[in-house]
Amino acid sequence: MKHTTIERGALVSMLNTMQLIRAYEEHAVAMQAKGQAAGTCTSVGQEASAVGVVSALSTDDLILTNHRSAGHLLARGADPARIYAEVLGKATGYCKGRSGSLHVSVKDLGVVLTSTIVGAELSLAAGVGLASSMQERENLVACFFGDGAACEGSFHESLNLAVMWDLPILYVCENNQWQAYVRRRETMPVDHISTWAASHGLETATVDGNDVEAVHLAALKGIAHIKATGHPYFLETYTYRLRGHYEPDDQAYVDKAELAVWRARDPITLLSDKLGLSAEERDALRERAGARIEDAWAQAAAAPYPAFSELTTDVYA
Amino acid sequence: MQSMTISEAIGQAVAEEMRRDPSVMMFGEGVATKRADLVDEFGPRRVRNTPLAEAIIAGAAVGAAGMGMRPVIDLLFAPFMTLAMDEIVNSAGKLRYMSGGQFSFPLVAIAMTGTGWTVGAHHNHNLEAWFVHSPGLKVVMPSTAADFKGLLKSAIRDDNPVLFFVEMSLTYEPGDVPEGEHLVPLGKACVRREGNDLTLISYGKTVRACDAAAATLAEKGVSAEVLDLRSLKPLDEQAILASVRKTGRVVVVHEANRMCGVGAEVAAIVAEQAFEALRAPVLRVTSPDVPAPSSYPLEMAFTPRAEGVVAAATGLMESSATAA
Repeated sequence: MKHTTIERGALVSMLNTMQLIRAYEEHAVAMQAKGQAAGTCTSVGQEASAVGVVSALSTDDLILTNHRSAGHLLARGADPARIYAEVLGKATGYCKGRSGSLHVSVKDLGVVLTSTIVGAELSLAAGVGLASSMQERENLVACFFGDGAACEGSFHESLNLAVMWDLPILYVCENNQWQAYVRRRETMPVDHISTWAASHGLETATVDGNDVEAVHLAALKGIAHIKATGHPYFLETYTYRLRGHYEPDDQAYVDKAELAVWRARDPITLLSDKLGLSAEERDALRERAGARIEDAWAQAAAAPYPAFSELTTDVYA
Repeated sequence: MQSMTISEAIGQAVAEEMRRDPSVMMFGEGVATKRADLVDEFGPRRVRNTPLAEAIIAGAAVGAAGMGMRPVIDLLFAPFMTLAMDEIVNSAGKLRYMSGGQFSFPLVAIAMTGTGWTVGAHHNHNLEAWFVHSPGLKVVMPSTAADFKGLLKSAIRDDNPVLFFVEMSLTYEPGDVPEGEHLVPLGKACVRREGNDLTLISYGKTVRACDAAAATLAEKGVSAEVLDLRSLKPLDEQAILASVRKTGRVVVVHEANRMCGVGAEVAAIVAEQAFEALRAPVLRVTSPDVPAPSSYPLEMAFTPRAEGVVAAATGLMESSATAA
């Protein structure tokens, strides 16, 4: 199977989703600044990575995400009103308000076992892949993590076990150049995490994480590899976190020139350019996404908080 | 009745549950090597060796449990569980609650601990109270071969993560195990010996010390009840309170370090809910606040033994008799 290009209609759909993610996260940042919402970890600048991969998955496939989850959730079709309700601790949130922004799972959409302990997604993904293998399901497991998680021991333990046990896992390392408040280059001698993954015996690829078409095609290639061989696959999306680690964050520690280079490579701009959209068309897309998020905020803000009786439920099965 | 070692009782429990339920599987360091009979019967996919990497063993179990499997994992020695704490405590213990009940984690994590093999503090650390203190987990520490089998079968069927601690020095000790289906419910203590003057509350290996102490005390005219907790979480509060209301005196005995051990919780439950029944302060006989030594004489000095329990009980009887 050879994948070279994506139809224009599909790219427009991806652009819409990327714009929705951007609108949601920028809205959440603004609400935090106004004191109306708690801080969040955003993935502004990484939308192409989330959308390019998630749109390549089938509905039976499972996803493990992390603390920067909004892109993965919205790309999977999650309702922004229920994500927002979760962030606000409301009863209508996907986790009944028990998660907040940091560990949102939506089992019905196949977004499972979200942990905010960096590296836990890698450890848990091995088990999710093991269950799929034992249950002889045809699905695969996409595990999203960052270059920070790649420095955890669980990265190596997970990759090694996945290779040895032929677990159907698509590892997606969103190498966003930041590990909380630390530049990646301070913590590792290599530029690409895929070199570490290759040493564990996985097939790997590194792709421009700001080019959604490239990400999508690379994900399809990885998925085809997993389906054909039963082996795990490692995809590194090389991208950049345009905002700080956790809002509010003034990014005083960020090199201004480096930030400017990556802002010029904003994935939404790159895709809009590729599609040849006019300024008016870009504004219209942005406004439509913004209106949807305003509506989501209104729904979430009006939703009830959990009853106090909910404090002690769902601890044990 | 059949006579078998605790190791055999564990193997029989796992085999019976694997026969009953295809979602049960077992893996860990040397599991397939040591339990070749399980590999023979159930195949290499359901019974697996793993790398020496506790975090991924536990992570694989938690992830698989969250998606419908019922894994039993062997983490060998309890102190190595410190390398699997995120998976056990943060994921298995919390993600059900944090997800609003979307997931459950029916898994059993087995680990050995306790004195007697002179292996020192990196292979012997009774850290069961750590997990009792963590929401979402259950903790079991049996003392007899029959309970090892019956509690492990119940633990495998339970829809929650269960930490299952095995006393190293009891592993190859034979004991009677009922034939056929034998289930012991989680959260139920067992009165090993009836008595009226005081209650010795314990779990794991030190139940044996309490049994021996009770026999000695009987010779001195003191009637001691021995309560084997078996499950530490859920803790059988009703059994504790019923015994205390009968005897009015309590000595809690465990090998784990004293401070914030299970004995402290038992003492607090008694003080909060049965203060009026007490005729003497609640005493604890435990190991001191030191890492487990490896030198055998020091190991024995570290471990609560019958003589120490007798001394504590005798002192308690004398002081409360004086007070009365």
